[in-house]
Amino acid sequence: MIDRTVPADQQPAPGPPSAPDPGTGDAVLSLRGVHQVFPTPRGDVSAVSGIDLDVRPGRVLCLVGESGCGKTTSARVAAGLAAPTRGSVSFRSGDVAAMDGKERARFRRSVQYIHQDPYASLNPVRTVYSTVSAGLRRHKLVRDRREARRATAELLERVDLTPAGDYLDKYPHQMSGGQRQRVAIARALAMEPEVIIADESTSMLDVSIRVSLLNTLGGLRDELGVGFLFITHDLAVAKYFAWDGEIAVMYLGRIVEHGSTPRVVNDPRHPYTRALVSAVCEPDPDLARTRDRVRLRGADIPDLTDLPPGCDFHPRCPLYEQGDCDTVRPPLVPGHDRLLACHVVGGG
Amino acid sequence: MTATTTAPAAGVWGAIWQGVTRSTSGFVGLCLVLSVLAFSFVGPFLVDSHNPTDVTSIWGPISAEHWLGTNHEGKDTFVQLVLGGREPIWVGFVAALITVAIAVVLGGVAGYVRGRVDHFLLQVTDITMTIPFIVLMLVIASFYRTASPLTVSLIIGLVTWPYLMRSIRAQVLTLKEREFVEAARIQDLGTARILFVEVLPNMAGYVFINFIIAVTNAIYAVVGMYLLGLLPSTADNWGLMIQQAWDNNAFLLPRAAPFLIAPMVMIMLFQIGLVTMTRSLEQALNPRLRDR
Amino acid sequence: MSHVTDHPAAPPAERALLSVRGVDVGYRTGRRSRVTAVRDVSFDLYPGQSMALVGESGCGKTTLGLGLLRLLPRNGVVSAGEILFRRKDGRLVDVRSLAREELRRFRWSEAAMVFQGAMNAFNPVLRVRDHFLDTFRAHAGGRRPRAQLLEHSAELLRMVRLDPVRVLDSFPHELSGGMRQRTLIALALALEPQLLILDEPTTALDILTQRSIVERLAELREELRFAMVFITHDLGLAAELADRVGTMYAGRMVETGTTRDIFHRARHPYTSALINSVPPVTGDLRIPESLPGGPPGIGALPPGCSFAPRCAHAVDRCASTRPALDVLRTRPEGMSHAAACLRSHELFAEGVTRD
Repeated sequence: MIDRTVPADQQPAPGPPSAPDPGTGDAVLSLRGVHQVFPTPRGDVSAVSGIDLDVRPGRVLCLVGESGCGKTTSARVAAGLAAPTRGSVSFRSGDVAAMDGKERARFRRSVQYIHQDPYASLNPVRTVYSTVSAGLRRHKLVRDRREARRATAELLERVDLTPAGDYLDKYPHQMSGGQRQRVAIARALAMEPEVIIADESTSMLDVSIRVSLLNTLGGLRDELGVGFLFITHDLAVAKYFAWDGEIAVMYLGRIVEHGSTPRVVNDPRHPYTRALVSAVCEPDPDLARTRDRVRLRGADIPDLTDLPPGCDFHPRCPLYEQGDCDTVRPPLVPGHDRLLACHVVGGG
Repeated sequence: MTATTTAPAAGVWGAIWQGVTRSTSGFVGLCLVLSVLAFSFVGPFLVDSHNPTDVTSIWGPISAEHWLGTNHEGKDTFVQLVLGGREPIWVGFVAALITVAIAVVLGGVAGYVRGRVDHFLLQVTDITMTIPFIVLMLVIASFYRTASPLTVSLIIGLVTWPYLMRSIRAQVLTLKEREFVEAARIQDLGTARILFVEVLPNMAGYVFINFIIAVTNAIYAVVGMYLLGLLPSTADNWGLMIQQAWDNNAFLLPRAAPFLIAPMVMIMLFQIGLVTMTRSLEQALNPRLRDR
Repeated sequence: MSHVTDHPAAPPAERALLSVRGVDVGYRTGRRSRVTAVRDVSFDLYPGQSMALVGESGCGKTTLGLGLLRLLPRNGVVSAGEILFRRKDGRLVDVRSLAREELRRFRWSEAAMVFQGAMNAFNPVLRVRDHFLDTFRAHAGGRRPRAQLLEHSAELLRMVRLDPVRVLDSFPHELSGGMRQRTLIALALALEPQLLILDEPTTALDILTQRSIVERLAELREELRFAMVFITHDLGLAAELADRVGTMYAGRMVETGTTRDIFHRARHPYTSALINSVPPVTGDLRIPESLPGGPPGIGALPPGCSFAPRCAHAVDRCASTRPALDVLRTRPEGMSHAAACLRSHELFAEGVTRD
């Protein structure tokens, strides 16, 4: 195995923009106090309960958590695919809900969304050229077919589908999962987005393909200055892709820990984050046998329609203390060098 | 894993071709359809379309001169059979085209746009469904003494679309939730383009199958109308032949049997051909059946 | 350079539970066409061992796993080789030659499979209780009273840390993904099989659920001493749950060895590349390597080493000569380290693969 370890101190220091600081003006896309409630036959379910997020140009904000924690709902709200029940989404300091048609169209194009499943997100009856160039042609970004093909080829090369000529006239079923996901990225890129929201975009791919796709996305982030809202359940992926950025850990619709990636992953504080980090299977048999594991008190996520009082995590929390934990919900407050929502470890 | 899934053939036409040729019954169906089409559309150029009346040979027997004998006016049955296919088949296709076009556009719009438009279109559909077809035809037949084939197909087309419209609407409802449609919306591609370029082509196979089913239905409808004498017509056609056989008590005369049976056999062959072809097409074009 | 002991021609190992000899698995793709998805795979599995089959999707892992129990889809067939299994009564049987009824009894009571999509493995209209009862009735000889069977089912569910009172009366869709997967494992263990084959047992699950299943499986294996073959593309899972690992590429076993052999001393460039492509979560940031391209289609294998077109270390002869699976270090009980790479010695000397 080739060791290409980059020590933490040689990494570009997470500068001020990456520190979680709600209210800074340089964010392209901001969520403030966003709630999303879904009515169900068994009562209203609050999928997202008051979250604040900021996506900055050329930076990554990673949203991590288990399924059902509200990651995807938050992402969809951020992309304008769903209107929040409460709270606001603002793009370039303008509230999306208050935008007129023209501004809204701009927002729509500048914030692109990449789905998890590249098998479902490409139209099976359209060629790559047709899929990628649809937006270009629709919005008159190209004059004629020749120009459209050239622009599409450039986009495909940008996402490392080379030589582009081999892919232009292919149908989705003629390509592998990784190639399809690249096509989906090229399609998003055609809109010259300022923010890309990637919802588990690498989780359906083989490990071998995952890294090269992440590198492609990293290129867009570093060279084109695209800001990312990156949703994943895989902390190793989060760590790799968002090393210079931030991670926000969600549990049952709320953010429980939010800070710069090296801090959150290498020194997790919230017991939930600790459990997540320690649960990862590492490809190292010795490490796997010697590592400390956080033992949860319960394996299953509580029912969203019937949440426990106090801290949402307390029925599973190994650090549970009688007192505040089961009566008062801990607020997300600055503690240590990050934002934390925990009575036991917070506020230190 | 990989080896268990079969890649769909490129494009709808490829899938259609594969569907009809890969199973024996589908291929036989295709051959039947093509033979009947050739018989009715190429045949007229090869026979003497004049087909004179010959009073000396009324209900003439099968002979070398008259392959299927002659009818009550002494006209050659075989020639009539050759000439009589064009109209019902033509009417069937045009009517099906109209039905499918209306159903696809209205079903697509209703399913995709939803809301008030959907509500309105469903009302129109319900009302159309309640129109009694036969009564309508009676009324029209009493107004117009000679209905052209085009008028007939227009009437059939305008009355039979609601059933297909409803199922297309239902399909669009599920298709529009698919991720590639959402991706197109994120690209701000516009409703019309998303509906007609992204959504509907995914139903091409389904629409094609329903088109063929609509053809068979329309042919039955038009033949039935001739048979009931609802459509006055002078041109040769299979429906009219059956009606004339009926009117002249052909079913009582063994010698007249060919005149009665031949058009029925032609209609049946064509319909059986279409139906078997459709069945194997359905397997090729419907992804849920394809994987079995 | 010696060949592997479990060579196709070698006799079944003395104590081995499962001796796989030169197995090919193919799929019919048309009336006369057939593709071979797994080629010439041989290995011995001893009682109580846990073996991981790793590789990218499309490498034949699942096909091999299904083939071992003849659970292939209708168009699939084990077209060559022997799958010798030592039954509980000590008799050696070739799974390939079992008649339908024997095969049915063989599955579950001797070897059981846990499928990838936990939902599809259940009949959605039957309660969990009925799944257990059906399994007992279909496979265990002799009749036992219903109450006793239910008590046994409850015990199995408790073994995978599920509440039997709640789970037995539920329909499959009422359970969460993790609960379903645990129920499947309990069901698979119902007749105390000697071998459990698991296909991507934790792939669709959340990380904490994954963790609890991994731990439970490890504990159960200690307790019940069954052997395990599990198919995964998650190398972390293999590192954690396996004693030994087989890397598969383009339908062949290209490297096999103990878990430490594979993760610390990988001698096949494909194995190294796979391991290096996983970003670790502990420690400082290590830049994972990407492995460009994808495995070749099983219908169009290159003539030499199948991995040569993607291999960073390939030389001319790799494209023409197919490497055999050579033993690098001999150990008893199928734990030998073997790799199918022409250059494994050179690369080791160059430090590309480590020892």
